[in-house]
Amino acid sequence: MGRNRAIDRLRREASRADRHAQAALLHAREEEAEEGPVRDERLRLIFTCCHPALGRAAQVALTLRLLGGLTTAEIARAFLVTEPTMAQRLVRAKGKIRDAKIPYRVPAAHHLPDRLQSVLAAVYLVFNEGYAASSGAELVRPDLCSEAIRLGRLLAELMPDEPEVLGLLALMLLASSRRAAHMTAGGDLVPLADQDRDRWDRDLVVEGQSIVRDCLRRSDPGPYQIQAAIQAVHADARSAEATDWSQIVQLYDQLLAYDRSPVVALNRAVAVAEVDGPGPALALVDALDLGTDHIFLAVRADLLRRLGRDVDRHRPTARRKAARRSGRRRRSDRRRQASRRTRRRAASRP
Amino acid sequence: MTLYMLSIYQPDGGTPPPEFLESVGRELHAMNQELKSAGAWVFSRGLHDPSTATVVRPRDREVVITDGPYVEGKEHVGGFWIIAVPDLDSAIAWARRAALATTLPIEVRPFQDVPEY
Repeated sequence: MGRNRAIDRLRREASRADRHAQAALLHAREEEAEEGPVRDERLRLIFTCCHPALGRAAQVALTLRLLGGLTTAEIARAFLVTEPTMAQRLVRAKGKIRDAKIPYRVPAAHHLPDRLQSVLAAVYLVFNEGYAASSGAELVRPDLCSEAIRLGRLLAELMPDEPEVLGLLALMLLASSRRAAHMTAGGDLVPLADQDRDRWDRDLVVEGQSIVRDCLRRSDPGPYQIQAAIQAVHADARSAEATDWSQIVQLYDQLLAYDRSPVVALNRAVAVAEVDGPGPALALVDALDLGTDHIFLAVRADLLRRLGRDVDRHRPTARRKAARRSGRRRRSDRRRQASRRTRRRAASRP
Repeated sequence: MTLYMLSIYQPDGGTPPPEFLESVGRELHAMNQELKSAGAWVFSRGLHDPSTATVVRPRDREVVITDGPYVEGKEHVGGFWIIAVPDLDSAIAWARRAALATTLPIEVRPFQDVPEY
């Protein structure tokens, strides 16, 4: 059903310059029994929507409009802009495709890796936008996480031999598995360490982990697969204490080879703190150039407090015990607060 | 075929050393030869410095002539190509070559179709 809607939309909205594409689509409709032409059309559509000559916001809007299940109004609500603004964005994007003659084509093999990254980034942006959105009964914003996963599944169906496509899908499934547990009714984010793991969706976890194992077998790693593997390690742990943090550190080591950004290094430092203690982690964090970034400050503050607490070990017994008790309470409160801000900011990162 | 303009954006002030200009010139010459062999070359040339420009501006029903470029900016168009290629990806492929040869940003812009009056 989604497929026919996508085809109908393209037929209605394709420009004069895309008459050949329209003809191909009409041809495809007549041969609906065959997967080949329809599959090719959808691949061409995805790569066109996510062409680098279009800005990311335009790529996302076009993808959701032409491949996703959303109307212009729904996309506008999802990204908290007015409908005319979103309509204008779509008109400009289609105008650029038409006037600059962005080709309606699956990229050649040597361009495919870069172009595919663009597609995956657009889908992941949709997912993160949905993940960071406030939950709750008033679902005024369409469920972008579900849309992103739908697109991820479509990509996996169309490109089953691309490990990064599978990696992204696994990453989104595993992150989604925590949706029931990652937010309070009031809309506050619950840090990973404090989440009720019984509320994690086991079906999504099982599916995500199965895809991660499939990716490992293919031995063709990439950033999305590694991020998915990190989530899989978290999902493996029955409790926060049972988390295999040293494996997570190793995975971040691998991820850094693809993505040297300070955010990745910071996340790695958080894992290092669990393996080697807050001291070494603080040294890593201090070496990062993150200025006044909230996550950076929260992580640093937390590490400092944990170190300050260890220093208390040298006080006389009674005072030491009292200091430990109050320190523990203060520490967990602040960690919760810091982690809450951390999760909120991390979730809002594209 | 679609016509595209590929414009070189050059920073104002200062001339690069002659050896650099020479090596860029050689690469661009090779690129233009290939453009011509491919039947894609329509026109290309470098422009003189912005200080050599003159602006003719309408005022009332007449014009005012002033010395100098239209905009005093940090960059100016240093030269351009007009190429005829099937689509944007082809134009970008040539622009990539130009960008790497000149070490400068290249703007790729499509020409309008000729209107039928």
